[in-house]
Amino acid sequence: MDIFTAILLLFLLAAVAPFINASFPRISGWILSLPPIGIFLWLLSLVQGVSQGEIHAFAIEWLPALGINLMFRLDGLSLLFALLVTGIGGLIMIYAGYYMRSYQKTNRFFGYLVFFMASMLGLVAANDWISLFMFWELTSLSSFLLIGFKHEKEAARKAALQALLITGLGGLALLAGLILMSLPYQSFAFDAVFSNPDLFTQSPLFIPATVLLLIGAFTKSAIFPFHFWLPGAMQAPSPVSAYLHSATMVKAGIYLIARLHPVMEDQAFWTYSLSLFGAFTMFVGAWFAVSQQDIKKILAYTTVSALGTLVLLIGTSTAYSVTAALVFLLVHAFYKATLFMMAGNIEKKTSTRDIRLLGGLSHFMPIAALISMLALLSMSGIPPMLGFIGKELMYEAKLNAPKAGNFILLMGFLANAFTVFVSARIAFDVFYGKCKWPGQLPKEPALSLSTGPAVLVIISLLFGVFPNSAAVLLEPALKSILPAQTLIHLKLWHGFNEILLLSALTVLLGAVLFAFRTKVIAMVGLLNGKYFNLKLSERFFLGIDLFIRLTKKKTTFIQHGYHRFYLMTILITASVLLFLSIFKLSFPLAEQLELNSWTIILLAAAVLIMVGAIATVVAQSRLVALVSTGISGIGITVIFVLFSGVDCAITMIMVETLTIVIGAMVVYHLPKYLSFSNKFARWRDMSIALLFGVVMGTLAFLSANKKPMEKVSDYYLENSLSKGYGENVVNVILVDFRALDTLGEIIVLGLAAIGIVALLTLNKTKSKN
Amino acid sequence: METEILKIAAKHLKPFLLILSLFVFYRGHNEPGGGFIGGLMAGMALVLYAGAFGVEEAKKLRLAKPLFFIGLGFGLALISSLLGLLVGQGGFMTAVWNQWQFAGFSLKLGSPLLFDLGVYFVVAGMLVKVIFSVMEEDV
Repeated sequence: MDIFTAILLLFLLAAVAPFINASFPRISGWILSLPPIGIFLWLLSLVQGVSQGEIHAFAIEWLPALGINLMFRLDGLSLLFALLVTGIGGLIMIYAGYYMRSYQKTNRFFGYLVFFMASMLGLVAANDWISLFMFWELTSLSSFLLIGFKHEKEAARKAALQALLITGLGGLALLAGLILMSLPYQSFAFDAVFSNPDLFTQSPLFIPATVLLLIGAFTKSAIFPFHFWLPGAMQAPSPVSAYLHSATMVKAGIYLIARLHPVMEDQAFWTYSLSLFGAFTMFVGAWFAVSQQDIKKILAYTTVSALGTLVLLIGTSTAYSVTAALVFLLVHAFYKATLFMMAGNIEKKTSTRDIRLLGGLSHFMPIAALISMLALLSMSGIPPMLGFIGKELMYEAKLNAPKAGNFILLMGFLANAFTVFVSARIAFDVFYGKCKWPGQLPKEPALSLSTGPAVLVIISLLFGVFPNSAAVLLEPALKSILPAQTLIHLKLWHGFNEILLLSALTVLLGAVLFAFRTKVIAMVGLLNGKYFNLKLSERFFLGIDLFIRLTKKKTTFIQHGYHRFYLMTILITASVLLFLSIFKLSFPLAEQLELNSWTIILLAAAVLIMVGAIATVVAQSRLVALVSTGISGIGITVIFVLFSGVDCAITMIMVETLTIVIGAMVVYHLPKYLSFSNKFARWRDMSIALLFGVVMGTLAFLSANKKPMEKVSDYYLENSLSKGYGENVVNVILVDFRALDTLGEIIVLGLAAIGIVALLTLNKTKSKN
Repeated sequence: METEILKIAAKHLKPFLLILSLFVFYRGHNEPGGGFIGGLMAGMALVLYAGAFGVEEAKKLRLAKPLFFIGLGFGLALISSLLGLLVGQGGFMTAVWNQWQFAGFSLKLGSPLLFDLGVYFVVAGMLVKVIFSVMEEDV
């Protein structure tokens, strides 16, 4: 097995997942969890090798002519992310299998979800920028489908659209950035940049490319000022939120930053940008979490804060900070997936997520309460969970930060205190205190709903107690980010020092805030309403509305719907462009058309064409005009035959026939009228027709010239049989040499058919009403 | 304008036209013909039938599933394009050829033929769909 097979397997699973769910609706979650868990175990078996510096690479040619290949690799960093994607993915599948039962049309949901997983796995395992970008975009697309899954709700549609547009915009910036970065290397492979970073960092394109790359990463990872799509994305069903926030999507930006870090670790622009935006997002996310009342929204804002923290830690670029980032990555993935799944469970059992309406749940679901408590301990950074180790390391990293350490420390301290505060709110106001929800008393969630959270919490606990078991996983990842550094030794107990003091103070401040929670929430809410109400999301949609209005105006101007004006536009444009290029190239015209023989048949054909054309113009009814153009067409067909263009002739005669058949049907429906057009229109049409005729005639004389330019046709004539295995050159060109054009053409044909059907059925329903 | 002569002609010509269209399609690689022309002919066979018997009758034909054929055509074209990527050495949209010798006959088939078959179906399907839609307007 290699990583490419694994990714392909997941994409295939995405294709069959709907059928699996349709056939075994009761156990589909468990079935669908098997492949990701299988891949997870296989990846786990690679850990030992990778930790000794092995790199599993795999490449297949994709577009060799453009130097683009599908390349994959598994080094420490990729492996860590891949384990998260597949491991948590498998658990989410089990959870979703049960959770989604109350939803409609879940078959496609599982298709989307597995597709999302496969894309994410491809993203973290890519070994060249184009592959990475492709999978990056696939995650944007599939997350759009998942966030908007409850598409009957307008809020869900809006949230999905917003997420797609923001991450799509970022995707474009990313592509531009990646191309700019790869330009000096003439290669898209990771290794090209990694082996010689100076070529990029010293190039004049460094700053613009870095800005674009950062926009790509920041939009995906919901870093301020692009953070606002993430809280909206909690419109998705809970399994999606759990997956999106913990192991996928938003972590893609983090992965990209970590991946790019070794290239730019010495660049002040890069590290400062990361630290600045990271620190600010860390604080803003935590701040906005304080006054929320919806559990999922609280969790979403803490994710924003966590993402900021990760960016900041990578940007700080010391062994301490990157170790802290990696530990925190695990910590956050474990507790956030758990808590989102639990939020889903609570909503399922009590049909609300509003903290003000909840309380005392631990009486009814003690196991769920225990799991949530442990996850919340990890989120607040309290021993013995892995979260504690993460927070200790973070403080250590911030204390030792090379620049602006005190400021970052203060921001981090406040953000952590706010996180402790919201953890305490969820813990005490949801699971303890008075029961105050209306309706049925909740019960313990089903086994499938608790399996995932339980497993994640146990892992988090085990890693907390035996932190060095995580080291084998984190050490190689650290080496991928900071090749020169080694992992900081992980331990639960650091002794009494200033870091422990900071931790204690954080918890204390969180507790104090919690004690005055009514006042704190009211005050923060007031401040937010008055001063910090950026309304980024609303402004975003205002911008979209403006854009739509603008394009509507543009469209009504250009697409006016008058067929004759379209024709005129096309003919005039073509004539002018052709005339200009003829003029510019200034090829000599042929003295005369060199025809093999002026046979009587050819003459007859020419006369036929002219008679048809004249008859069309002077015809007194549409039907006559139509048939007359057919006469011209037959004449052209004869000429094709005479000059051995049999394929063209056959096609021509059939197209002519069809034109008349369809035309006759259309004419049949048109109203009769007395005069075709007024005098002005006739003169206008005649001038345009003459102009086009003259230009086309000149073109014919030009191409009849001996050797105006090197002929493309010779290549086809020579290679048709040897390379295309066909004697009919026209056909070989169509289906082999220029097959891509043909593919485009048949797609246009199909779309035209659908468009025509849509138009006609629309008319029908309109006239019926 | 339903006439008996047209009806009888259309009824008996339809299978011949369809077979002829397939023949024209197959020989296209070496002699005049091909997917586009073949598709047009196949579509015309059904259009002729519809002209003689009316669209309602023609729509009852088993072959009158134009949207399915358009989809099938896209599918075939896509598969033939991917063949080069999966089986051949070339990559996306490069040809793969194979030759079979059988009792003195040799049959040479390649992915361009499959691609051309896709063109055949799309063209035929689109022709039938569009003309049937326009004809339905009559009613």
